[in-house]
Amino acid sequence: MAKKRMVQAINEAIAEEMERDPSIIVMGEDVHISPVGDTRGLIERFGAARVRNTPISESVMSGMAVGAAATGLRVICHLFYGNFIYTGFDAIANQAAKLRYMLGGQVKLPILYMAMIGGGRSVAAQHSDSMHPLLMNLGGVKIVMPAAPGDAKGLVKAALRDDNPVFLLQAAGRGGEAGEVPDGDYVIPLGKAEEKRAGDDVTVVALGSMVKPALKACDELAKQGISASLIDPRTVVPMDYDAILGSLRRTGRLVVVDEARKSCSVASEIAATVAERGFHLLKAPIRRVAVEDVAIPYSPVLEKAVIPGHQRIVGAVLEIAGSEGARRHG
Amino acid sequence: MSVQELTSGKLLELYGRMFRIRTVEERLAQVQAAGELPGPVHLYIGQEAVAVGVCAHLSDQDWICSTHRGHGHFLAKSDEIRKLVAEVYGRASGVCGGKGGSMHVADVSKGILGANGIVGGGIALATGAALSAQTRGTRNVAVVFFGDGAANQGVLLESLNVAALWKLPLVLVCENNGFSEFSPTATVTAGEIWKRATPFGIPGEPVDGNDVREVWSAAGEAIERARGGGGATLLEMRTYRLRGHVEAEKSFLAKSYRSDEEVERRREREPLRVALAALRGARIAPDAIAAAEDKERAAVQAAFEYAAAAPWPQPEAAFQHMFA
Ligand SMILES: Cc1ncc(C[n+]2csc(CCOP(=O)(O)OP(=O)(O)O)c2C)c(N)n1
Repeated sequence: MAKKRMVQAINEAIAEEMERDPSIIVMGEDVHISPVGDTRGLIERFGAARVRNTPISESVMSGMAVGAAATGLRVICHLFYGNFIYTGFDAIANQAAKLRYMLGGQVKLPILYMAMIGGGRSVAAQHSDSMHPLLMNLGGVKIVMPAAPGDAKGLVKAALRDDNPVFLLQAAGRGGEAGEVPDGDYVIPLGKAEEKRAGDDVTVVALGSMVKPALKACDELAKQGISASLIDPRTVVPMDYDAILGSLRRTGRLVVVDEARKSCSVASEIAATVAERGFHLLKAPIRRVAVEDVAIPYSPVLEKAVIPGHQRIVGAVLEIAGSEGARRHG
Repeated sequence: MSVQELTSGKLLELYGRMFRIRTVEERLAQVQAAGELPGPVHLYIGQEAVAVGVCAHLSDQDWICSTHRGHGHFLAKSDEIRKLVAEVYGRASGVCGGKGGSMHVADVSKGILGANGIVGGGIALATGAALSAQTRGTRNVAVVFFGDGAANQGVLLESLNVAALWKLPLVLVCENNGFSEFSPTATVTAGEIWKRATPFGIPGEPVDGNDVREVWSAAGEAIERARGGGGATLLEMRTYRLRGHVEAEKSFLAKSYRSDEEVERRREREPLRVALAALRGARIAPDAIAAAEDKERAAVQAAFEYAAAAPWPQPEAAFQHMFA
């Protein structure tokens, strides 16, 4: 166990898996120099045949990944910013997510698509989207969104042993955040949530970038005598509903926090599923904290108005679990 | 259009505009380093001749689409220095109200459809603007600026095809500045970019993008042809990016992708120096040049003072403009 930065943890997981499995290749724009930091040193270690610095050609990259994966390679396709997933989206939506199904299960597509998603750094609308709901709606891809370096390592390792397309979406601008990372072969099975804080009054489910403000919100709520159970699903597809419903069984109240736009967000999906499967557990209406249905603006003043921070999470919790909210909602 | 048609008066005007862009960009580098800007900036230093030489032929009714490195294109076609700088500062009086920032500066009233955060994103937009100009029966043209890196997006092929097929009034200006982000062009780009026009039967040409006279001449010819119904042209402007891909890149790159000596060597033929030599050759009085520079310096200084003091947007503005 040692303290490492998020990008280091991802880098370590990739390097260990490449060492273990010679069929893994990496491709992406500037992966040799790695402005993000997560593919740093790989070309020196594994050579240019396995680490391919690509032209700026997302549509062929995302499609090449499918072709190469169907024919014997295990492919890491680094798409840099999440918004460039859109540029390469055709092969993702029409090939990667469907080919195995359409061919009646004849092929496996072991692909790890990587990208940084979300805003908060004044890079404006074309570099700040959170597209995990869009990807979730494809049905045929798995999605991991680690919020801590240790989780990142374990999830990347699991993703690189999975025989399906998996998206690793890391919160942009958070690559430098440090956390404990277990040494060696540390694997977290896909689809396993973690309760980052235990509590009895309210369940807060936070995704990816929203875990950090949610932790801060939990601290603030604790000072007000409200104990929140914070669930980090870590994997969006498959989603660990057992963990969410298990927490809800204790609390009876649910707030879901997502940096995606609210309409058809993963928060919406979780809320709908909980309403279907756990309606009897609910003592209060479910609250979603998400981005309103606008693009992400550049000016920090505007961006702050749009992206949820810890105060908005506290506010949503108080609405359903504060003394006022608790009285109103039993 | 031959270089000989460029009068010395016009050359001085082009130089002044290039000097303005350089001054804005150098100042942005300073304030970025001082932490005064909210977001990242990709500077145009070293490529000024391209935007200025091309836009000299355009009216407010002609359209341009630009790139993430778009301040120069904006300033070559719009006089709104203050609104550009205020936008990069994220202020309410910025040209996009602070919504877009550096990568999205646009002045639609001046025919600027905007910078673009998506590499290659402007190519199809400009092709559409050309379609519009043609369909509405105007003599207007659309020009798209894009990088050598963007030339590797499949959309270039699709646009070349449809523009050739429909004889659209489109000029595709590729700025080959030697780098596709942090990769030297030759390591990610096969063949020569201007030759990509040939199979579509439209003219393609390499141009010395550091000599504003050459840019002016080649662009003038292509734009004239497009206006007259002669269809599209692909110009490859050979130039060099003197600053980093993005300011402060050394703070996050673990290794360098070019040497300082290379940059210094390329500085010898940078576009302002080339233009200055041409002005001297044309016997323009040093006083006239200095006066033009002073005027630009003052305007840029005023724009930065204005922007730094400009009010922030109201938070509610974040929820406007999604739909018409
Ligand atoms: C679709 C897309 N892919 C990747 C990027 C990230 N990116 C921004 S600028 C850039 C390099 C562009 O190179 P080039 O087109 O040559 O323009 P230059 O930066 O040299 O002006 C890259 C890869 C992006 N913005 N959009």
